[in-house]
Amino acid sequence: MALLEAKAVNVVYEPNRGQKIWSVRDVDLRLEQGEFVGLVGESGCGKSTLGFALTRMLRPPAHLEGGIISFDGQDISALEGEPLRQQRRNGFAIVLQSGMNALNPVRDIAHHFADIFRAHARDGEDLTSGVLGTRGAALLQSVQLDPDVLGRFPHELSGGMRQRVSIALALALQPRLIVFDEPTTALDVIVQGAVIKTIKDLQAKNSFTAILISHDLGVVLDATDRVMVMYAGRIVEDQPSAELLRGPHHPYTEALLGCYADPRADEIHLGGIAGSPPDLSLPQTGCSFAARCPLVEDVCRSIDPELTALGSGTAACHVRAREFNAQMKVRS
Amino acid sequence: MTASLASSPHQAPAGGLRPSESPSVVPPLVVESVTKTYATRGRHKAPVTAVDDVSFAIAPGAAIALVGASGSGKSTLAKMITGSERPTRGSIRFGDTAVESLRTGGLREYHRRVQMVFQDPYGALNPLHTVAYTVSRPCQNFLGLSAVAARDRVFELLETVGLTPPEQFAAKLPHQLSGGQRQRVVIARALACEPDLIVADEPVSMLDVSMRAGILRLLARLREERGLSLLYITHDLLGARVVTDEILVLNQGRVVERGQTKYVLQHPGDEYTIKLLDAVATPYAAQESPSLT
Repeated sequence: MALLEAKAVNVVYEPNRGQKIWSVRDVDLRLEQGEFVGLVGESGCGKSTLGFALTRMLRPPAHLEGGIISFDGQDISALEGEPLRQQRRNGFAIVLQSGMNALNPVRDIAHHFADIFRAHARDGEDLTSGVLGTRGAALLQSVQLDPDVLGRFPHELSGGMRQRVSIALALALQPRLIVFDEPTTALDVIVQGAVIKTIKDLQAKNSFTAILISHDLGVVLDATDRVMVMYAGRIVEDQPSAELLRGPHHPYTEALLGCYADPRADEIHLGGIAGSPPDLSLPQTGCSFAARCPLVEDVCRSIDPELTALGSGTAACHVRAREFNAQMKVRS
Repeated sequence: MTASLASSPHQAPAGGLRPSESPSVVPPLVVESVTKTYATRGRHKAPVTAVDDVSFAIAPGAAIALVGASGSGKSTLAKMITGSERPTRGSIRFGDTAVESLRTGGLREYHRRVQMVFQDPYGALNPLHTVAYTVSRPCQNFLGLSAVAARDRVFELLETVGLTPPEQFAAKLPHQLSGGQRQRVVIARALACEPDLIVADEPVSMLDVSMRAGILRLLARLREERGLSLLYITHDLLGARVVTDEILVLNQGRVVERGQTKYVLQHPGDEYTIKLLDAVATPYAAQESPSLT
């Protein structure tokens, strides 16, 4: 049984009465226990919104508009209040992009840990400050921070250290699923590399299920086993990371890969993606990438392609699906 | 230019902007043994040396990359070069001008010739002013153009940076633009007073990867077409490779490695440079020979 399963999930932002922005559109996904999955796309493609929807963190003006999210076999899409809190107790956690600024500036780090342990205490749990200190210190050590950090305030820590504290806080209740939403975007390259390595090691050691959300395909391919590429609110490709790097199916994924080059190479050809994503407040007809796609055909402008299986993964592209089918026919 | 770029979809029409009236030679910027120390208060009283004995020069039309991780002194150097901080020791000369001794009037003339492009395109534009207003201010303030002349020039500038049709973009407010488009407005504003040198401090780090290539291409093209000198401050080695021909690697305020960009990146000598190169998250890092489609 999948740990997390989403069916036909739609998320709508309603900033004003009558105005609807379809940020996540008809997303289906399945995460097995212990998988490390990446979610990639440009700003505004709905990747963070999807991460929020999956962990039931959406707040107005955003809301789920249809769709089922089941966690460990239980439908959580309509849970509220105490039952939802129970699920969060050791079900799922999220590390935010602004996580480094999410710490309370007037409280030391020890307080942050104590707060979580107290809020989610089980009956008869030992909550003396000595025990809490030991538990906090162990968590800090798991993210390569010195236990001394417990006595420090957020402003005394660097950005990388603060992000590590956020990760340790997310680990505190040993969740089965952790969503990392752009955990390294505000950090410089060297620190980013180190934080990603910590996440990767923790995931391998504690075998929790993880979703890494990032606009940086380089980071995601580096860390994850499987990558889902999002465009304009839909998942357009889903492939194991190694296969995606070797043979991207969707033209959007191909274009994203073209934005990278090795700075050591003899010749550098750096691509970009012309144009910008569609306005999601308007109804979409056809493939939403059609306007920027180099392979575009007439059918792309009228019919929205479904995710179809193409060898090692799935992709939503008319042209690539046809090519794949033709290839299969030749072989058989 | 050693790196070739794929053809740009944002290519502006040829001759988008007239060159400066007098083809004056850009005075080279010379930074000589510059050191900056900050006194700190509180528990740790030892002064912090942000920049330690750094020297380099930028020739007319050249582009230099200053590369290093956070806290390596890159931005402190930029502040000293643009005149907003003074070096503790050493000197910065721009042609005959000693930058560190400039005061209000001189600094103003200096700012006409040296402009800056900032990291955060979301914070660098006044949210209450249209693009046209933002870009026309330096035309009126520094070049003394009339409002009507400034308006024409704004259109030319917007075309140069690839915001076409300019009539449409001129009327927009910052929140109606994407991050990449905002950064193009910031670049247009920097170009407005016909500077000789542009100091770009991490101009693409806050943009989507898909938008970066366009901005990098724009900077490379402006340099070629207008003979602009460029100081490109970054921790992104790929950007440095595409835009610049010389590189300085800074670590804790000191230059640890310097040379031709391509050569340094292919034959890094310093441990720190190697660390930076290894930290670059490129999907091709694991592959033997990078093959791009």
